[in-house]
Amino acid sequence: MTWTKHDYEDIPGTYVFDGKHAYGAYPLNKLLFSFCDEANRTEFDRDPAAYCDKFGVTGEYKEFVLGKDFLSMLRSGANIYYMAKMAIPRGTSVQDAGAQFQGITTPEFQAKLSARAEGLVDKLKARGGYWLG
Amino acid sequence: MAKIIGGVTSSHIPAVGNAIADGKTQEPYWKRFFDGYKPAQEWLQKHKPDIAIVVYNDHGLNFFLDKAPTFALGCADTYYNTDEGWALKPVAPFKGNVPFSWHLAEKLVDQEFDICTCQEMKVDHGFVNPIRALWGTHDVWPITTIPLAVNTVQHPVPSALRCFKLGKALRHAIESYEEDLKVVVLGTGGMSHQLQGERAGLIDVDFDLECMDRIASDPEWLTKFTNTEIMRRTGTEGIETIMWLVMRGALQDNVKVIHKHYHAPISNTGAGVLVLENTFL
Repeated sequence: MTWTKHDYEDIPGTYVFDGKHAYGAYPLNKLLFSFCDEANRTEFDRDPAAYCDKFGVTGEYKEFVLGKDFLSMLRSGANIYYMAKMAIPRGTSVQDAGAQFQGITTPEFQAKLSARAEGLVDKLKARGGYWLG
Repeated sequence: MAKIIGGVTSSHIPAVGNAIADGKTQEPYWKRFFDGYKPAQEWLQKHKPDIAIVVYNDHGLNFFLDKAPTFALGCADTYYNTDEGWALKPVAPFKGNVPFSWHLAEKLVDQEFDICTCQEMKVDHGFVNPIRALWGTHDVWPITTIPLAVNTVQHPVPSALRCFKLGKALRHAIESYEEDLKVVVLGTGGMSHQLQGERAGLIDVDFDLECMDRIASDPEWLTKFTNTEIMRRTGTEGIETIMWLVMRGALQDNVKVIHKHYHAPISNTGAGVLVLENTFL
């Protein structure tokens, strides 16, 4: 089996969700997708290991789920939107997860986001035509 | 005949739904973001479209990875918003227009856009939150809706150019419908953001603003970028902005810019509101 290489694979710190990920982590994403249902979230919380077994999530995939190791889940092919169904109801926001990916605190992550938009109003004024409040 | 009055863009981030539900829209964090919607709301109130065609991506509510259509059109009487596992409280169902949907499907396929038709289609925050931001939250929604889902989740994702061409085909499909309907097309999602990996938190204000201005005046500019170029610059989830080109393609070449609003950061994104009006009005 030869997977075709892509020009997006060298984007740093980025795991583009494509067929290779979707295929390898199919059971994992199926487990995560099941969390659209409250009853399934409760069943998982009662016995996470048994819930993994039910979906055929085995080996390192299972270790990552049980350890709530979101970065390793991503790297192994979890889709970020599906992973959010596990993280958010358990108190890990997408910003918390982003901070974890970088090994920083959530306030530090939020400060980095704000820094990205420094000078925003001046930029809007320079371009013209933008709503300024 | 059906007429497209214009197009509106909006972020569809999940936190928007919670901010509205929790009454936080005037809190300091949210105020500027939401206040910038007012001119868009007023434009919609003034022109009172009958139908909104909402271009969005499903984030794993209606579609799982077992079947991932590139383009999918709702052809249902009712569209339900249900628990998507993101701690968002579901909102009231949305009314569709089945004969119009099937007309669109027929005309899109005629033009070689072989779209997936869906007689049942749950709609997630990607569809719901722009409607809430633009029309408010209602038990009975004041607008009939047709969902048009674009796969921006599992690559291969359609190109920016393909989305623009879909918009052009959509324009012909809408304008060939015999009933006198006023249609608005919503392009949702974006703008720059990356949720995943060590590069999470990326926002590129300069690229977003260039997108806002070019989508209004020179949309072909964005169609020249490959998806890899867009992701490299604006983040993996920033690819959603290509859906704005479906909206833009459905409009006239020259449109009147009614409103431009940009705010960042909100949640993890740069968020843009464009109101573009077809000038025959």
